[in-house]
Amino acid sequence: MTQNLDKNLPSESFKRVTIDSSHAEKISKPSLSFWQDAWLRIRKNKAAIVSIFILCFIIIMAFLGPVISPHDAETQTLTHANLPPKVPGFENLGFLDGVGNLGGKEVDLYEMKNVDTYYWIGTDGLGRDMFSRLWEGTQISLFIAFVAAIIDMVIGVLYGGISAYYGGRVDDIMQRIVEILYGIPNLVVVILMILVMEPGIMAIIIAITITGWIGMSRVVRGQVLKYKNQEFVLASRTLGASNNRIIVKHLLPNILGIIIINTMFTIPGAIFFEAFLSFIGLGLQPPAASLGTLINDGYKLMQFQPHILFYPSLVLSLLMVAFNLLGDGLRDALDPKMKD
Amino acid sequence: MAKFIAKRVFYMFITLFLIATATFFLMKTLPGSPIGSASKLTPDQLAVVEAKYGLDQPLPIQYGKYMLNLAQGDLGNSFQFKGASVTDLIINRLGPSFLLGIQGMVLGVSIGIILGMIAALKQNSFWDYGSTLIAIVGISIPSFVFATLLQYWFAVQWGLFPVALWKDGWMSSVLPSIALAMGPLAVSSRFIRTEMIEVLSSDYITLAKSKGANGFEVAFKHAFRNALIPLVTVLGPLAAGLLTGSLVIEQIFAIPGIGEQFVKAIMINDYSIIMGTTLFFSVFLIFIILVVDILYGVIDPRIRLSGGNS
Repeated sequence: MTQNLDKNLPSESFKRVTIDSSHAEKISKPSLSFWQDAWLRIRKNKAAIVSIFILCFIIIMAFLGPVISPHDAETQTLTHANLPPKVPGFENLGFLDGVGNLGGKEVDLYEMKNVDTYYWIGTDGLGRDMFSRLWEGTQISLFIAFVAAIIDMVIGVLYGGISAYYGGRVDDIMQRIVEILYGIPNLVVVILMILVMEPGIMAIIIAITITGWIGMSRVVRGQVLKYKNQEFVLASRTLGASNNRIIVKHLLPNILGIIIINTMFTIPGAIFFEAFLSFIGLGLQPPAASLGTLINDGYKLMQFQPHILFYPSLVLSLLMVAFNLLGDGLRDALDPKMKD
Repeated sequence: MAKFIAKRVFYMFITLFLIATATFFLMKTLPGSPIGSASKLTPDQLAVVEAKYGLDQPLPIQYGKYMLNLAQGDLGNSFQFKGASVTDLIINRLGPSFLLGIQGMVLGVSIGIILGMIAALKQNSFWDYGSTLIAIVGISIPSFVFATLLQYWFAVQWGLFPVALWKDGWMSSVLPSIALAMGPLAVSSRFIRTEMIEVLSSDYITLAKSKGANGFEVAFKHAFRNALIPLVTVLGPLAAGLLTGSLVIEQIFAIPGIGEQFVKAIMINDYSIIMGTTLFFSVFLIFIILVVDILYGVIDPRIRLSGGNS
């Protein structure tokens, strides 16, 4: 068989391939920046993409919701108190049709109370529209979380960066301070600060950030320590780059990924702490609403008006899940060890 | 090792000292008087009451006395509960909180370990995704939301467990323990999964396999024991999380524990209980973190060999 083949194949059909050494250096894959590469990787992560959509939806609704609702969040219509959800078009579908439980019987509460308008997710005990309140509460929760996360990030990066970059005695003193502060339980600090300050958004943000930056500063310090003695920094320094240039052009881009990941995990943490404080009565004072106060209100009426508890809990849980999944996705995507 | 422990204990005392000092001065800046009906008293009567509690003395002396009492474990007296000693109030309520904390921790960590093991051994399978989902939900959904859901379905709707009553013995501790267990469950399952995957790809596992050890033996005798060690490090943060959770969960299920008393004290402005409990929590958490650090050094020979400086 093989001998046969040898005989039948004419030698003209073979051609000598020359290896062009100039091609060896050619880059066949398009050159991608770090962020393009990260985007390629996160695009493959379904959970992260779904989370981005959920977050976009919630953020848009937080601003749009109170506007598109026919009722505003503050008006108390006592005759419309404790109405279950009713959405136009759902009247005959058996749910979201305004039928609620009254003394053990299923009654159309809208008919009974002579209400001819629609409350998409019902009203609370004071007859306020839950739809508007829910999204305004989401707005405040998100605001607190974002501001707290940004403050944490700025202080943490500055503190950790300075401590690591200047090193020596500066680092020693700064790290001893952190070591002591790190031992103080977060919960204890937050509750003490809240007690001393006037209750409100500012108090919650300060309470969350007062020890919240420590985690970030430790991570940043570790990263800066890792990079600052590497050759590319030394090369830049030899070429006469100033401290500022080294920090901004060489160190910051390298640790940006880890800063973003850490911030992504700070946000759900802050959302949780705000809700937690509001739930134990240390959060916002009425009539201001956040997801935590709404859940607290709903909890008191859980047995009779489950819808008041359900929707804020749902939005809070979705926010937390989405931020955590996105954080996970970003961590995988921004890890330069994972190339494909 | 001894040097390491001494250093950690030293830092622990500095931290505690700072917390106690901050607590004392914060308490002094708080608005209102600790004496319940201060506005109804004449200045003379007020002076008598203040003298009785030592509130008329200059601040440094009050501070010194407070610290001295603290060193002896005396957290002062409650303003609202007829002057009962705060130390006694806390000790009286330790039982239920302790029971729930232990049950929640043991339940959460043991289920978490099992889930994490399954996920790591059957990577990228249905089981893996399922346990990841449980972990994400457990980390994301706040324990008080989870607790209210449990209470609504299992107690109010189906009547399987008491709604909020601490009299039916063990039955009443089931729902709150489950609610508390979610956090530890989620954290430990993800942690074990990562550790197991790392350990399973190491050389000594390949060696064990090539020597003919079966899958079960490799997973449990060789991999599991090594994956378990680092889990000790997350016990500290987990305990802190449990404590945070217990504040709301004891409130939700009306459990006569420290957390419930603490939240109630916040509502009625009983500053001495708030401060006492705050200090108690701090001591508890700082102590746990210290024990965990030392324990980790003791059980992981790699750390012990390197002199315990890491």
